[in-house]
Amino acid sequence: MAIMEVNSNNFDQEVLSADRPVVVDFNAGWCGPCRMLKPVLEELSDARGDYKFVSVDIDEDVELAERYDVSSIPCLVVFKNGAEHNRSIGFQPQAALDALLDE
Amino acid sequence: MTDIIIVGAGPAGLTAAIYARRAAKSVLVLEAMSYGGQIINTPDIENYPVAEHISGFDFATKLYEQAKNLGAEIRFEKVTGLLDHGQEKEIVTAKGSYSCKAVILATGCENRKLGLSDEKALVGRGISYCATCDGAFYRGKTVAVVGGGNTALEDALYLSDIARQVYLIHRRDSFRGDAATVAQLTARKNVTFLYNSVVTALHADKRLHSIDLTDKAGAVTTVETDGLFVAVGRIPSNGDFAGLIELDETGYVAAGENCRTNVPGIFAAGDNRVKDVRQLVTAAADGAVAATEAIRYIGTL
Repeated sequence: MAIMEVNSNNFDQEVLSADRPVVVDFNAGWCGPCRMLKPVLEELSDARGDYKFVSVDIDEDVELAERYDVSSIPCLVVFKNGAEHNRSIGFQPQAALDALLDE
Repeated sequence: MTDIIIVGAGPAGLTAAIYARRAAKSVLVLEAMSYGGQIINTPDIENYPVAEHISGFDFATKLYEQAKNLGAEIRFEKVTGLLDHGQEKEIVTAKGSYSCKAVILATGCENRKLGLSDEKALVGRGISYCATCDGAFYRGKTVAVVGGGNTALEDALYLSDIARQVYLIHRRDSFRGDAATVAQLTARKNVTFLYNSVVTALHADKRLHSIDLTDKAGAVTTVETDGLFVAVGRIPSNGDFAGLIELDETGYVAAGENCRTNVPGIFAAGDNRVKDVRQLVTAAADGAVAATEAIRYIGTL
């Protein structure tokens, strides 16, 4: 499933007010590990319908990265009920991400 | 039984897979993380023959596809053990075990950690091992780089264009890295050298805000910084094979240019082997040599 791009204009609506937990992928086009992670996340989003998956390009939207104190990418932040639940930094294989969502 | 199992899908491992498949050997490549290895962190490769400019991601992806298109099987499983049963080798992974005739260990290296408490928890919250990956997040901020080799010097130079203030921390009183880079750094007004100092503590609330430096006399100074870039070298990822494969005192596989280890039928290729020059092109070269040696070995069985 394609992962929706979000930015600071629709972040509150798409992430904080979402009807289920959300995985936010902070990434950038110049970041190799981010590009490696993308197909893994797409596969994971197919397997994990209990989560919504969105992506933030930190070059397009510096504000969101600063708001959530992202200082290394790829950075996945899991939101539950509008608040950060946990996060992971760097490339992770699918099994590790699956475990992150179950934490 | 698979002919050749390759541990690690970086440039050495995938090149070995290409050579082995072109010799019609069956090949299984096992990778714990992503294919490509550490080269995927490099934004622009400019020293690989023929490719004037290519990103590490594109290089890795092309190499991966080349190996796959030639019929190499690539699975994402972490290898946890290696057993020698003579003519048959056994590879143990987190999911099961595989047997094969020959093994090529192309596991590469990982970043050496400082070994301080909270270091792991602060990765992405102030601690980084890759200046070109994470430097952009420190625009106008204060950062520290720890290390004395070329990586530390280059990181400090790169960060001095981005950050307001850069501290370069080194445990000795002179650098073993490139003198020209040291001269460039000396000319930068926003770079401060902190010699004879070791990082001994990390202070954080939600993220890193300061570090303790201890000098040779044992005096402790606290330095406020938003980021700490750790460039204290790399360590080979050979720990899982230490019982079987002979390593040198720093943990590299004791294999020469022919990539042969102390165990017949087990070869080492790339950055995890004892060698002087660890570059993309020498990793690929090792892959070719190790595969050729493995094919020759199988021919003798």
